[in-house]
Amino acid sequence: MFGTAIIVFREVLEAAILIGIVAAATRSIPGRNRWLFAGLLAGLSGAGLVAAFTDVIGSLSSGIGQELFNAMVLGVAVLMLAWHNIWMSSHGAELSANAREAGNAIRDGRRECSILLVVVGLAVLREGAETVLFLYGIAASDGAAASTMLLGGATGVILGVGVGYAIYAGLLRVPLRWFFSATGLLVLLLAAGMASQTARFLIQADLLPSLAAPLWDTSAALPENSIPGMLLHSLIGYDARPAGMQIVFYATVLISIAVSMKLANRKNSQQQGIA
Amino acid sequence: MKYLRSALTGKCCLAGVGLSLLIPLGTLAADADYTLVIRDHRFQPAELTVPAEKKIKLTIENRDVTPEEFESHALNREKVIAGKSTATIFIGPLEPGRYPFVGEFNEKTALGVIVAQ
Repeated sequence: MFGTAIIVFREVLEAAILIGIVAAATRSIPGRNRWLFAGLLAGLSGAGLVAAFTDVIGSLSSGIGQELFNAMVLGVAVLMLAWHNIWMSSHGAELSANAREAGNAIRDGRRECSILLVVVGLAVLREGAETVLFLYGIAASDGAAASTMLLGGATGVILGVGVGYAIYAGLLRVPLRWFFSATGLLVLLLAAGMASQTARFLIQADLLPSLAAPLWDTSAALPENSIPGMLLHSLIGYDARPAGMQIVFYATVLISIAVSMKLANRKNSQQQGIA
Repeated sequence: MKYLRSALTGKCCLAGVGLSLLIPLGTLAADADYTLVIRDHRFQPAELTVPAEKKIKLTIENRDVTPEEFESHALNREKVIAGKSTATIFIGPLEPGRYPFVGEFNEKTALGVIVAQ
């Protein structure tokens, strides 16, 4: 049971952390909860579908369908998170100042919410599909042990969601002055980490060269399957043995989003200066 | 040198020389192909020796009805393999060494190691 709990925890953690951060980052947007919930539901039903069609997806493109699918899901999530962060840099100030009166921001806020739905849905889809497959395997194989194992699975889900909620609650305590910088930075690192994972899947499918593999090895100091390693993996995309190409992806996404945020922020403050 | 010396000691070892010359030629041409089979939540073979410094095409055949996830932190790879299906993973080029892997869905029995030399 304990082993099951750990495995499910590992799968749930990544999605839970993402939802915690994104939920905090969008707290001032009206109607955010409904979108969040819709994203969660869409993700869960998608996860069931992906799990059911694993063999079909896997056999596409002569056996690298799963890598392509994962890379695509991650790639879209990176774009959405980038869009969110750049949008927040230009509207965040208005929203935090006075959400009700910022008419434009709220109209844009609806578009922002659909982004939120997609990001949450994709995270749940990817991690959820693996959890569904794992639990299905248990339920199918040994009948007697199945119920205790499923109990372990439930424990894992609760623990994972607990960490996500802790991050959300912790972020809400950050003073408003630093709040948008803090969530912006976290979303930025999430996106970069996902870009690095995208590269890893494309290398695994032999569509990209690894450049140097591994570029470094910190698995002795901070193994990826330890609790801190797992948390850092989900938060900032920590990888104990990354390929060079992963670092190229990580740095490219990190720098381009950061620069776009700076530009959006400057443009916005200039406009406000004129008005 | 080892092959040369042994070749001088007997006829049967001449075949060995021939093979040792042929293998590098054959494997230089394309990626090296290797196969792992999953049966009863175990990998066969549990220890797979592959050449170092070379890209490997690893085919994993899951003969169980339940899905499995091939996972290796050492190789930085993970892939779900549906029940009764086959998956392909590219690994390497690897430094000489031992690279353990597990079937994450059955971690107690599905254990193995890839040895690059």
